[in-house]
Amino acid sequence: MIVSRRLFQRLRRTAIQAVPTVVGIVILNFFLLQFAPGDAADVMAAEAGSATVETMADLRSRFGLDLPVIHQLLNYLSNLAHFSLGYSPRYGMPVAELIGQRLPGTLILMGAALLFALTIGVILGSLMAQFSGRLPDRVLSVGSLLFYSVPGFWIGLMLILLFSVKLGWLPSGGDSTIGSSLTGFAALADRARYIVLPALSLSLYYLAIYARLTRAAMLEVKSQDYVRTARAKGVSPLRLVLRHILRNALIPITTLAGMHIGGMLGGAVVVETVFSWPGLGRLAFEAVMARDFSVLLGILLLSSFVVIIVNATVDLLQAWLDPRIGESR
Amino acid sequence: MTALLEVRDFSVAFGASQPVKGVSFTANPGEMLAIVGESGSGKSLTALGLIGLLPRHAKTGGEIRFEGRNLLAQSERDWRRIRGRDIGMIFQEPMTSLNPVLTVGEQIIEVLRIHERLDRKQARQRAVDLLELVNIPEARKRVDDYPHQLSGGMRQRVMIAIGVACNPKLLIADEATTALDVTIQAQILQLLDNLRRDLNMAVILITHDLGIVAQWADRVMVMYAGRKVEEGLPEPVFTDPYHPYTRGLLGASPRAESGHHYRDGPLIEIPGSIVSATGEKGCAFRPRCPSAQASCGFAVPALRQIAEDRLAACPFTPTRFVSQIHDASLRS
Repeated sequence: MIVSRRLFQRLRRTAIQAVPTVVGIVILNFFLLQFAPGDAADVMAAEAGSATVETMADLRSRFGLDLPVIHQLLNYLSNLAHFSLGYSPRYGMPVAELIGQRLPGTLILMGAALLFALTIGVILGSLMAQFSGRLPDRVLSVGSLLFYSVPGFWIGLMLILLFSVKLGWLPSGGDSTIGSSLTGFAALADRARYIVLPALSLSLYYLAIYARLTRAAMLEVKSQDYVRTARAKGVSPLRLVLRHILRNALIPITTLAGMHIGGMLGGAVVVETVFSWPGLGRLAFEAVMARDFSVLLGILLLSSFVVIIVNATVDLLQAWLDPRIGESR
Repeated sequence: MTALLEVRDFSVAFGASQPVKGVSFTANPGEMLAIVGESGSGKSLTALGLIGLLPRHAKTGGEIRFEGRNLLAQSERDWRRIRGRDIGMIFQEPMTSLNPVLTVGEQIIEVLRIHERLDRKQARQRAVDLLELVNIPEARKRVDDYPHQLSGGMRQRVMIAIGVACNPKLLIADEATTALDVTIQAQILQLLDNLRRDLNMAVILITHDLGIVAQWADRVMVMYAGRKVEEGLPEPVFTDPYHPYTRGLLGASPRAESGHHYRDGPLIEIPGSIVSATGEKGCAFRPRCPSAQASCGFAVPALRQIAEDRLAACPFTPTRFVSQIHDASLRS
């Protein structure tokens, strides 16, 4: 019960700290986007092929783009205060609805990629640490270095070449078979087939990082005095690795994984484009190209929420993993 | 009395270097044997060898007979059954020797459940009892504490609780009190002394603190550069050190009773360092020995029985000894 109270206090503190952070992010992003040349009206006019000065002025005043910058910012903030993310002129629908359509796709993709990278990375890293300096370690080290240095989109393209074009095992793009009327488990299996390649190409880079980090952390923990104590107690090798070494080695890995979740969204832009995966990353990319700033601001705001929530979760996870963290100071 | 532990010509080698060069000693049930020597004398490696925790690439030689069976000949599986159950060990650094992410209770319970058939509840009760045995106040509450919530002395008590959890016949304490301050040191040693009497457990105390040895040990063995150079009861060894190294060690430690204190003047030091022993053909202590002779370089001096219960590896009899032997012969 003391633990839960401690956790609750931490959460409350995080929530209170989050408010100024989010407001700061919104304002900063808003001004940064103002630096980009052109606006939504320019893009729409360009796409239409021709537009008179009057139509463009009309478009601008309709979207509120003719107002002074400060005024626009205040409008946006007041929208936010009413829990509205604004309206996308380009897609012709509220931004919240637009993001709501794309968010699950990205979350599933990122979740799958992160889960895969963490599980396999920690397993491979443990193997490398166990066989450090010997053949399995060398082979895995070279492999992880390779995936660490090769860009995700290239891996994606190669995976498509191998598994979709040559072998024909897995679909090359999209998130489900178009026009299929599958339900229940069959629909789930169908979606799972589509997520394999994008998740794999998104995760390989992170997998390489986690494998190398796990290896280093485990080798470090292995030489600690308490591991020797455990051996002097007659602990079996498997139990020694799982309970005494890995548990301690996981602490730096959770820190890094938490930091990666924000970065993964950036990687998702590329991977979603390669695999035409209908997610947030691609929406963000399209929004930039269309100068659809309300969509972009919405996405940025959302990702800042995601990062804050993930950080809080990682904090809690670490407090659970390591009792020394989060002690009252 | 048959010895509990009989070490015969035990050696440890890493490639060409041999930090432990054939050590023999015995430990009897309930006895407290002290092994002293400076860093690099091979005492800690000997201790790790006794529990089978030497690095994988270490090559061992000789025999370690524990209750008649040669430990060095057994498999890793058999070692695991002995570690923690028949032989317990306490290490030097109480601050880092406990796993920071497990409660002290969990760490005591772990050793109990590996070696004994206990369910969770029984094991927990035993853990509380053990904490009480090592004089930790409010043991029932402390059992759920994490190591960082305890002081150094408390942690070392927990280590002792883990070490004696399964009533081992032998407990090895490798510099177990070095990192603690003096009052706590005395408490921990008192505790070890009580426990070995109550549990009839042999204790091998590895230390470089001669004061501790004089006060607590039943027998003392002095090591230098991987060899035993002197062995005997603490009282005669310290009042009449035979080997020049023992004499040097005693000269280098402040002792109240001899009236020699570091405030009065610098302590006498042994010149040079133990590094000079590497590659030495004859007596390893020769480069630092004040009474070295040319003959010392020819061969390693053998251990000789110089009195009852007394061994030393120096061919020359110190003057004090000569006069004593002389006195004794006059009296008789």
